This record gives sequence, structure tokens and C-alpha cells, in this order.
Amino acid sequence: MIMLTEYLILAALLFGLGIAGVIINRKNIIVLLMSIELMLLAVNTNFVAFSYFLHNLAGQIFVFFILTVAAAEAAIGLAILVVLYRKRGSIEVEAMDRLRG
Amino acid sequence: MNQNLLTIASIITMLPLAGSLLAGLLGQVLGRTLTHRIAIACVGIAFFMSIYLFNALVIQGVPAIDHVFYTWATANTFHFDIGFLLDRLSATMIMVVLFVSLMVHIYTIGYMADDSGYQRFFSYVSLFTFSMLVLVFADNFLLIFFGWEGVGLVSYLLIGFWFERESAVVGSLKAFIVNRVGDLGFLLAIGAILFYFNTLNYHAVFQQVDHVIGSTIALTPYMTIPALTLITALLFIGAMGKSAQVPLHVWLPESMEGPTPISALIHAATMVTAGIYMVARCSPLFEYAPAVLSAICLIGGTTAFFMGLLAVVQFDIKRVIAYSTISQLGYMAVALGVSAYDAAIFHLVTHAFFKALLFLAAGSVIIALHHEQDMRKMGALAKRLPITYLTFLIGTLALSAIPPFSGFYSKDIIIDAARMSTIPCAHYAYYCVLFGAFVTPLYMFRALFLTFHMNDRTEHHRHHVIHESPWVVLIPLILLAVPSIVIGQWMIGPMLFAKQTILGESIFVLPEHHVIAQLGEEFHGAAYMALEAGKTLNLWLALSGIVMAWLFIVMLPRWSVVLKKRFAMVYWILLNKFGFDAFNQRVFIAGTKEAGELCYKVGDVAAIDGVVVNGSSRSVKVLAHVMRHMQTGYLYHYALAMVLGLLFFVLWFVRG
Repeated sequence: MIMLTEYLILAALLFGLGIAGVIINRKNIIVLLMSIELMLLAVNTNFVAFSYFLHNLAGQIFVFFILTVAAAEAAIGLAILVVLYRKRGSIEVEAMDRLRG
Repeated sequence: MNQNLLTIASIITMLPLAGSLLAGLLGQVLGRTLTHRIAIACVGIAFFMSIYLFNALVIQGVPAIDHVFYTWATANTFHFDIGFLLDRLSATMIMVVLFVSLMVHIYTIGYMADDSGYQRFFSYVSLFTFSMLVLVFADNFLLIFFGWEGVGLVSYLLIGFWFERESAVVGSLKAFIVNRVGDLGFLLAIGAILFYFNTLNYHAVFQQVDHVIGSTIALTPYMTIPALTLITALLFIGAMGKSAQVPLHVWLPESMEGPTPISALIHAATMVTAGIYMVARCSPLFEYAPAVLSAICLIGGTTAFFMGLLAVVQFDIKRVIAYSTISQLGYMAVALGVSAYDAAIFHLVTHAFFKALLFLAAGSVIIALHHEQDMRKMGALAKRLPITYLTFLIGTLALSAIPPFSGFYSKDIIIDAARMSTIPCAHYAYYCVLFGAFVTPLYMFRALFLTFHMNDRTEHHRHHVIHESPWVVLIPLILLAVPSIVIGQWMIGPMLFAKQTILGESIFVLPEHHVIAQLGEEFHGAAYMALEAGKTLNLWLALSGIVMAWLFIVMLPRWSVVLKKRFAMVYWILLNKFGFDAFNQRVFIAGTKEAGELCYKVGDVAAIDGVVVNGSSRSVKVLAHVMRHMQTGYLYHYALAMVLGLLFFVLWFVRG
């Protein structure tokens, strides 16, 4: 029988992977977006797992909302990305340091 | 009667002030003649009034009057009063001051005739007279300090009278600064008196001496000295500054940069005697501080002998007389040290006359030679300046203590008093003043021979005819020459040995210090003293001094050259004034500069500029630099920071 702990560990691993992707990734901004998606999904996994084990559907319904928002967000993000690429000719994360002090 | 005398005293004091203000503020409007008439009239009237005062207080014996005119400030129980003390001492001093001042005022007409600062000069001289009168009349330590500083200020102004000359400016600064050292001692003494006696009035202080004798003060945790010793030592430091005692004498030779009338009035006859006067005035305090009296003997003796030696190698006629003044002030200090206060004031009076005379006569020579002061460029002036020569000779004889001139009596008494005294150091002082009596005629006759005798070395004689000075110059000389001859014999009896002496109860001497009384047993009148002079060593030393001067200067000038070479070391030491100036230059001036440099570099540049002012901006800059570099602009850095922060808080939450 798979217990809540295993789900939570899985979610934490996914979340950690996502963070690692955000931090370590220096090249491709698309990978960055994917990493953020991954972190979102890890949270979603938590929601679903808690919802199942606590017998409360609110969590699962919430996941649908999050997925919807995430899809919209991904669309907007990719659109911005396209505009950014047109503007700067590159989607390298390293090149994006205009905020540097 | 009292009210009458007080009115007169205040008028005497105010007249020179009025003269000074008129000459100073309205001098340009009044013109030269009117200015000097007003100034001289003010001092002249004051002088005649002072004779009346002297007559009333000294001859008729009106008891001392202590009157407060005005209370300047009241602080709790302390009153800072403006008050006059009219007694025998102040009446005597006032008369001498005003007489010399009057002579100098008259003389100035001739000496400063072609100077553009004529009115300013009269204003200063009158202001000086006013300050000196306040100093003498003061009935408390605060007012004497006012007069004390007043004369110091005027002295500064007058030494730097020709302020276009750099040497005059330097000299005036030196005088002012050296005097500040003494003044600090005086000021501390006044503070100590206020602390122990709770009052500054002379009489009140002197009456309470008995209560303070027992008090002690801890200078360091291990060293305790009587309070009176401290007070009197500090007072004497004040006197040392003003009266040019070693080692605070260095300013007096420099003060010769001022015009000659001033050298006569301030730096010979009156202001420099303020220290002597002050110590005599405080005799009830000094009597109970034998240690300080010994120190005075030591310092006075050193000053009297060693400063006299310096005069022997000087070539500036005024400097010779200046060093002789220091030496004579040393004599007065010795007299104070051996508790012969009357003798000190006696020498002060006789010295005032003949030293003023010498300076004014030297000034007359300087006028005749068109402001040439170097004795190497004089010579054979006796025939051309007969009256000047005669008066200078009288002054020289008086200073050299040749009977029956005035200096003989006062100086002889001091030497004898030093011989009789039993206090420590009096012995040393005795030998100093004794051999000083040999040195004095040596340098004075050297100056006399170099100036008036021998071959003519003047540079002007081809172009200008050297002629005698005008009458305004000669009259003061003659008027000063008379007392220089006679005042000693007139005054010695009443001053020192009469039942009721001139100074009387103004001076307090403990019976065991009373050397004058012992001398009185041997005294049988002035004429007898002069006749008996041959039996004492003093006269023979003085005569041998004259012979020595004659021998080395007139007869065998080559010998002095040989001596110079043989004793090059001694000559060098004398020429460098025992190194006092060099010492001050190296230690105090260079030290102050060094300390200033240190303060500037460490305190100002490093601490204030470096740390506080620039440091604060730099630390902001450094901090900002660090902060700025943390803002990389990379998303992943911010993300990492967020995660790490989150982790930290989580850990904190879990642990805590």
C-alpha cells in the first residue's frame, strides 16, 4: 500500500528538481519555464495526495484550477518569450542581467 | 581727608586714560602739537597730584585707605571689586611711575618728531601709564591682574610699534607669549588664593594668613606642600614673566625693537618692576613660604650675575642696557628673596631713574646718529654730544654703584642684605650679586667708551654734522640725572632705617628674616656709608670693573681680540645667550610645531577627516559596493536566495 509519505517524498523530489532546474539552468529560458511547471506539478501532486488521504475533494478541484492557470501562464510566458527572442535575438538566461546593480 | 585722597587717586588714574583716548581717537583731528600737549598735560597734572598723595600718605602718615568704588560682579559670596588701596607703597610707586612717564612723554616729542605714528604713540604711552596706575592702586588681585594684562598689552603694542619691521613683530609676539607663561602662573595663584582665602582683597587675604598656614595641598598623591608655598610660587612665576627673571627673561632683549622712549618707560623703569612690586605687596604671604624665598634668591642671583655677563658681548647699545636691566631686576629679586622688601623697592626707585636716564641718553645718541644703534659705528661722541655724554656718564656711574650716586646705596644694601641673610640659597645669591657688581661697570663702561670715547667710527660724519639733540630731549635727561645722583642719599635713611620707614606697614617681614634691621645697626647716615664704601669689597669690585673695561676697550683693544680667541668657547656661549633662545626654539617652538603637526596628522587628517568625515562616506560606499554586487540581475541567483532564505526560516521554525 502506498502511503501519503511516499507521495510527499515524490512531490518534494519533483519540487527540488524544479528548483535545481531554475537555479542551475543558465542557458535556455524554456527549460526555466519547464522547471517552474515541474514545481507547480509537484505542488499539485501534494494537493491530490492530501485530498485523497484526507477524503476531501477540495484539493483535487483546486488542482484543476491550478492546471488551467498554469496552461494560461505557459501560453503567456511562451508568447513573451517569442517577443523577447525577436527583440534580443537570444533566449539565454545568462544574457538577461539588465537588473544588475 | 580720605574722601579727598580717593578723589585725587581716581583723578590721577583717569587723567592718563583721558589723554590716551583723546590722543588715540582724536589725534588726527587735533594734530601733533595739540595731541602731545594734551597727553603731557594729563600726565603732568597726574604727577603733581601724586606728589600731594605721597605727601599725605607717606610724610603726614595718613593710614592706608582701602576703598571699593564699584562691584564689578558678584558670584555667590565672591565680590569682584574695583577698589583702590592707597598706602605708602602705592603712593611711592605712583610717584616714580608718573615722574618717569612724564619725562618720557616730553622726550617723545623730540624722539618721535619725524614718525608718522606720532599720535598713536602718545596714545599708547598714556594708556600704559593708566594700566600701570591701575596695577599699583589695585586693592585686590583681580584688579592688579587687569593692570598687569593692560601693561602687557601696551608693551606688545609698543614693541611692535614699527610693525612694518619683521623683527619688531617677532619681538612683540615673543614678549607677549613669554609673558603669557608668567601670567598663567599668576592666574593660577589668583585661583588658589580665591580657593583658600575666599576673597581677593589684599587686606582680607593678609589677615587670614594665619588660618591658611596649616593648609596643605597634594600636588601628587605622594607629595604634599603647604598651600601658601604653592600660592607664592605661582605668584612668583607671574613676577618672573613680567620682571624678566631667568628663564622667562628672553623677551626683554627682544623688546628693544620698540622705540627708545618705550624701552625707557616700560622695559626699564616701570612695567618690568611690576613683578617686584607685586611680590613686595604680597610680602605677608611670601614671608611664610621660606622655600619660595630661597627659590627667589636662586633665580634672582642667577639672573643678576649671568644676564649681566651677556651684556659684555653685545654691540647694540640698547641691548647692553636691556641686559643690564635684567641683571638689575635680578638684584631686586634677590632683595625680595632675602626679605629685604624695602631694599627691593628702594633699588626699584633708584633704578627707575638712572635706567630711564640711560635709555633716554642712548636714545639721544641714536637720534644724533640717525637711528644707528650699533656701538661699533659710534665713538668719540663725547665732545659732540656733551650733555648726552654727561647724563649718560651719571647714569653709568649710578648703575655701577659708585658712591655717592643713587645706585650705590640701593645696590650696596642688597649685597649686604644677601650677605646677612640666613635662608638657604642666600649665600649663592650673595656671590652672584657681589660679582655682578664687578660685571655691571664692566659692560656699562665698555658701552660708554665705545660710544663716547675712542676713535670716530661713525659713518655719517662726512655727510651730516652730528649735533646735540633738541631741548625736549635734553630736559628729561637733566631732570632724570638729578634724582640719579641724589635720590639714593636722600632716601636710604627714610626708606630703610628710619623708625617709620617710607613703606612702613605696607611691608611685612618676620622678625627672623629681618636683615634690614640688622643692617640698620651698622648704618650711621648716608654720607658716612659713602665714605666707608672703601672698606667693602663691593666698591673695589666695581672699580676694578671700570678699570677692566678701560683696559680692554681703550688701552689694549687687541687683548679683547686675543681673549675672544683664547676663550672662544666662553665667547660663543655668551654670544648665544647661554642657549636659552636656542633651547626655546628647539624645545618649545619646534616641540609645539611638532605637536601641532602630530595633532594635525593624527587628529585632524586621520581621525576627523579620515574616519569621521570621509570615513562615513567611504563606509557607505563600501557597503553599497557589496550590496550592489549582490544584485546580479540573474533570476537564478534571486531564486537561490529565496530558497536559502526559506530553508533558513524553516530550520529556524523547526529548531526554535
